[in-house]
Amino acid sequence: MSSRARKQPLGLQILIYGFAGLWLIMAAFPFLWTAWGSFKVELDFFSIADWTYALTGERTKAEYGSPFTDAGYKGAWVQESFYRNVINTFIICFFVVCTSLTIGTLGGYALSRSNYRYTFILLITALIFRAMPPITLVAGYMLPFFQWNVWGLMPTTIIVLVAINQPFTLWMLHSFFQNIPKELDESAKVDGCTQFQAFRHVIIPVMWPGVITTGLFSFLLAYNDFAVTAMLLSEENRTMVPQVAAFLGTTYTEGNIMFAVASVVSATAPLFILVMFFQRQIVSGLTQGAVKG
Amino acid sequence: MRHSTFFWFFLPTAAAMLLFIAFPILSVVMQSIYAPHSAVLIEVETCTPLVGCTMETTVDQEATAALRASEPLGRFVGLDIFFDRGHLAVSEVAGMWRDTATWSGFVEGLSNLPFYRAMAFTLTFTFVVTPAVIIFGLLIALAVNSLHAWLKGVVIFFSLLPFVVTPLIGALVLFWMIDSRGILGTALQWLVSDPDLSLKASTGLMWISLIVYGIWHAAPFAFVIFYAGLQTLPMDQIEAAEIDGATRLQRIRYVVIPHLMPLVTFVALIQLMDNFRVFEPIVGFNAAAHATSISWFIFNDLGGETRQLSSASASSVLTIIGVSILLLPVLVRTWNDFKGKT
Repeated sequence: MSSRARKQPLGLQILIYGFAGLWLIMAAFPFLWTAWGSFKVELDFFSIADWTYALTGERTKAEYGSPFTDAGYKGAWVQESFYRNVINTFIICFFVVCTSLTIGTLGGYALSRSNYRYTFILLITALIFRAMPPITLVAGYMLPFFQWNVWGLMPTTIIVLVAINQPFTLWMLHSFFQNIPKELDESAKVDGCTQFQAFRHVIIPVMWPGVITTGLFSFLLAYNDFAVTAMLLSEENRTMVPQVAAFLGTTYTEGNIMFAVASVVSATAPLFILVMFFQRQIVSGLTQGAVKG
Repeated sequence: MRHSTFFWFFLPTAAAMLLFIAFPILSVVMQSIYAPHSAVLIEVETCTPLVGCTMETTVDQEATAALRASEPLGRFVGLDIFFDRGHLAVSEVAGMWRDTATWSGFVEGLSNLPFYRAMAFTLTFTFVVTPAVIIFGLLIALAVNSLHAWLKGVVIFFSLLPFVVTPLIGALVLFWMIDSRGILGTALQWLVSDPDLSLKASTGLMWISLIVYGIWHAAPFAFVIFYAGLQTLPMDQIEAAEIDGATRLQRIRYVVIPHLMPLVTFVALIQLMDNFRVFEPIVGFNAAAHATSISWFIFNDLGGETRQLSSASASSVLTIIGVSILLLPVLVRTWNDFKGKT
């Protein structure tokens, strides 16, 4: 953009900065606002009297003596044991990411190194599976899971989430492995390695960037899922997202809406940190599929 | 790679997808054509002296259990569930077709049937949000691309948030703001100077809020992809266009957009799939009274005490058919491309 001819006129520049600024506010403001408001009482967060109360916390000051209170967080984490849902979420996410990466790298590697027609059919099947809304599958799980008495358990949900994750994982790792030159493992095979040994000693050491990116998306899928976890987990095994939904059902009546606000902010915080550290990987992961596609 | 090696490498992931995606689809199809057995009723004559004899209907527990054990799938009902009032409502639609004179009357009648109501919102949402996301994402990408380098990082960081955040949580965050006591709700009331304005009260406004949420949530996705595409712009073509006297808009129209076209197709495909399953915002916005989607419809059948599996399965099968129709053009094209290559 060094060329003088491409320099924008002032009017256009103002327009561009204005639009980018507007989008920045649209993207960031809701989260900052809710995070700020989560330290207030309900009458400040939903202020009938004056909207500036949400900023200054007049009612919070009247009630707790300071414009900030951790009452919402205490209520959610201690009284309603939200910490248990947090632990459940991280257990489920951890196992989903590990399992789906393990079987996904094997499958994606195989797809990228085979040129037969069935690899194409498998990829298209995976695309069709990716298009299925998870909730349509849940109806099919219910009856067998009740019969085998595995409904409500965490391992069941982990396996289901891994399976729902697979089509996406396969596509992503497939295109990633295609970027690793075939000559690498072929020369290892010439030296007498089996295919698995070539994979183990040659491919695994260089595959980590792609695997980490894919792992991030697996994590997000498991972390953000609502349809499957809400339907397949019993109450004590619930993860954060269905628990937030459950809070809504009860808190609208009990007036504990700030519990829900506090738990929403608590559930957003890990994602915020994730984006902060892995911004580059998320962007490259999103674009990888597109550039290849 | 040899077939056998491929088989062993691919086995775990194939097994997972077969058991937990392919089989459930089959099982959903089965459940949709079988209904659970109703209890077996028997009439028992009880006679008491002086009063006389009365016929009583009771549930025959043994026979019910035996029937359920002998035919665990339930009673075969064919396509009855698909055609009942809760789904395609064939007889109601046919009746309305005969009795209503005007198109608007017919459409209004349809919108009273739950499945068609859900369908109407799902399709509106899909076909409004998808193009809007593409246009909005492209505008953001063009704007961010001409910002200063250090600003770009900040904008990209915050841009990712609406996309990465859990859909239900993102919906709640917006919902609390547009509440009539929230900041956006208050601002709207002030703008139209109507202190009683509530987005929750009207169907039209609720639909608009849900669509705005949909665009807000997915625009970052389109933005990031278009932004990456802009980094690989053919500079020589742009310069050539400039020398030929093309204006800024013409350069965007005739060089940038054709360059991004494959990415537009990709974003459109992903967005069609994702918007068709719209569900979380309806829960988050507590909007079921005004807008329901097909996914919400299934969720509603599955939840609660009753767990209407047959009904949910029938809706699921209809959804799967809908997804297939949406995907068909893409699949045909990919297949032809592949054929052309080999």
